[in-house]
Amino acid sequence: MQVEIIIAGFGGQGILFAGQILAYAAMDAGKNVTWFPSYGPEMRGGTANCTVIISDEEIGSPLVRHPRAAIVMNRPSLDKYEPLVQPGGVLVVNASMAGRAAERTDVEVVALPANEMAEALGDRRLANMILVGALLARLPVLTLEQVEHALREHMPGRHRHLIERNIRALQEGARAAQAAFTPAMPG
Amino acid sequence: MPRELLKGNEAMAEAAIRAGVEAYFGYPITPQTELLEYMARRMPELGRVFVQAESEIAAINMVYGAACTGARVMTSSSGPGISLMMEGLSYIAGTEVPCVIIDVMRGGPGLGNIAPSQGDYHQIVRGGGHGDYRVITLAPATVQEAIDLTVLAFDLAEKYRTIAVVLTDGSIGQMMEPAELPPMREVPRTRPEWAVTGAQGRPRRVLTSIYLDPYEEEKTNQRLLERWRQIQAHEVRYREYYLDDAEIVVVGFGIAGRVALSAVRAARAEGIRVGLLRPITLSPFPYAAIEALCRQARAFLVVEMNAGQMLEDVMLAVARRVPVAFYGRMGGVVPFPDEILEEIRRVVRQPPRLEEDPREAWFQRWSLAR
Amino acid sequence: MVTAIAPETTYEKVYERPRILIEVHTHYCPGCTHGVAHRLIAEVLEEMGLRERTIGVASVGCSVFAYNYFDVDFVEAPHGRAPAMATGIKRMLPDRIVFTYQGDGDLASIGMGEIIHTAARGENITVIFINNANYGMTGGQMAPTTIPGQRTTTTPNGRDVRRSGFPIRMAEMLATLEGPSYVARRSLHDPRNIRLAKKAIRMAFEAQVRGLGFSFVELLSTCPTNWGLSPIEAMQWVEEMMIPVFPLGEFKVVPELKGLRV
Repeated sequence: MQVEIIIAGFGGQGILFAGQILAYAAMDAGKNVTWFPSYGPEMRGGTANCTVIISDEEIGSPLVRHPRAAIVMNRPSLDKYEPLVQPGGVLVVNASMAGRAAERTDVEVVALPANEMAEALGDRRLANMILVGALLARLPVLTLEQVEHALREHMPGRHRHLIERNIRALQEGARAAQAAFTPAMPG
Repeated sequence: MPRELLKGNEAMAEAAIRAGVEAYFGYPITPQTELLEYMARRMPELGRVFVQAESEIAAINMVYGAACTGARVMTSSSGPGISLMMEGLSYIAGTEVPCVIIDVMRGGPGLGNIAPSQGDYHQIVRGGGHGDYRVITLAPATVQEAIDLTVLAFDLAEKYRTIAVVLTDGSIGQMMEPAELPPMREVPRTRPEWAVTGAQGRPRRVLTSIYLDPYEEEKTNQRLLERWRQIQAHEVRYREYYLDDAEIVVVGFGIAGRVALSAVRAARAEGIRVGLLRPITLSPFPYAAIEALCRQARAFLVVEMNAGQMLEDVMLAVARRVPVAFYGRMGGVVPFPDEILEEIRRVVRQPPRLEEDPREAWFQRWSLAR
Repeated sequence: MVTAIAPETTYEKVYERPRILIEVHTHYCPGCTHGVAHRLIAEVLEEMGLRERTIGVASVGCSVFAYNYFDVDFVEAPHGRAPAMATGIKRMLPDRIVFTYQGDGDLASIGMGEIIHTAARGENITVIFINNANYGMTGGQMAPTTIPGQRTTTTPNGRDVRRSGFPIRMAEMLATLEGPSYVARRSLHDPRNIRLAKKAIRMAFEAQVRGLGFSFVELLSTCPTNWGLSPIEAMQWVEEMMIPVFPLGEFKVVPELKGLRV
């Protein structure tokens, strides 16, 4: 089985890191995984995205046109990736930044005011982990515990004091997503 | 060694270090800069040599000088920088000293862009610099392979006193995958018998690429060719996927080969008997393997991120025995698996004709589609 | 009247071929001072006992075959790249003595980037720069050091500075950098200047032996064949035409070298 996740937003929203944590968790869980970033000048203040593919078998293409899931953290990302998610897939929206509601009815949409939720947790930079938690609540490709373990194991040294906060954000996102998602309409 | 989540560029740098590279000379260029930066940090830490050169021209000549001392040396760059290094490559080839070069390809020609591309195939595989020489060209498709082939590049370069190039692209350079690094090797302490080290207690040695007498130069060319024949006989590498009963054979290298693998699997799920041959050595090219597949294949489909550069080698191997189709993306565009899947379906639906020029047929289809 | 030499007279050898200079005919033209420069380098290396530690880097130009004349390890660099190649060698073998031998086209034109940056890095090598104001090997074209008004095959009416620019004074330019330890310009046109040139070469290698960083000796040289002059006229031309444009002297001497008697 193969699952593809695109995470997209502005540079500085922790897009690439969120993808890396999923990749670490998948690796530690013994799965095949690829993490593919957008790179170059666009990273500096512009949009950023990464594709994470988690699979039981050797991964072919590290890029897909139609991912199973997308986490979109701003309006341009919502506009770009909403149409691309596979039918029956999951679209996680940062409602604080999206500026509009998602329109697809054939995907599971989870929209959370992640910025405000993050601020309530004491750090606006936790929005990415809230949305990762929300994704995993709807797409159990990895368990929350596996991602928590990855945070503990792989958080870079200078950020280790942020581990517990990130774990709280992950759990808070998962909890909120259970309450807030819109089920996909059949085909 | 445990699996680690590694970025391609950094993985190749660490692999080179563990293979015992003694000196790295480089210059910044996207999308390979992480390799340079990694070396800037790690090499001095290990008491090894790192120099940020003033240009790629200087970098390759520092490599040339260091290689003449018999040391394990390397540089890395991307298309525009590799072009500047071509002078040095020709001299290094002519002097018969070993070195390793990593080319993290990007979109071109010219300044182009920094997106992944396979546009340097001709430049590297066909030589690039002046004169008659070839370089070993290794094309990884995964971060693990990037590590393994970097190590292999040093061993082959030294075994054959030649240049070995790891020809990869921005996608492999930038992506992260779990991979295992090799154990740290000892840095070699002895110098080969040809190295220039100061003529202590022995007659002087001269390393040069000049043979003013054409007969002497011809002998040198003959020696290079003889060495190349050995390389062809012993160092061809490729990987096969689902070829046992394949009637359609997709051929793609590096990242394009990987994207093709996804498409091949999807086509198999539709019941199409298709397989993939992914050359790992682009030079020496797996001509014999492709020739052998002509006995079972109804058609070949070559997939590249250029306008059909490896295609020419596939056609040499196929020699019009079986029709060949081509699909390419250019300028830094990475194909999605569904595009290649559609090409596989099309080859089933409308098999290519033996007499048609695959590139021309592709170009016509592509122009019509736009 | 002839006085018979007494059989007990002994002779003192005051001058001989340095052993580092291989005993072969050179390919240089009559009256060319490359041979003098080679000899001075060979003498200095021999006097300093450096033969077994030295690696030379030849360049492209008339001195492309310099490696045929020195009994030391040698490599042959692409055009202009000798300082980069020397950098690679020296970084691998820091205890060896590495020198480049480059002409003006090689060093000051196509190799300008390499020489400046090698000097700026303070790379601990020695560069011997032969300035004969033209491209000798290719038959006398304009070089970066061709003097205003000088006729060459590519400035047939004399170098017109409005169209072809001005000569570059390499020694002065490199002396502005922090990296070099010793920068001098000397001339090979007469015995007195040849002795001064040898001293400069000695200073340059002394600087390298002491690990003081990049050292550079520019030598004004003759090219009678391409200048269209006899050897003697060529020597005079250096004195009268080149020295006013390229003044002689030491342009940089780090304090560690001052007072060194060579």
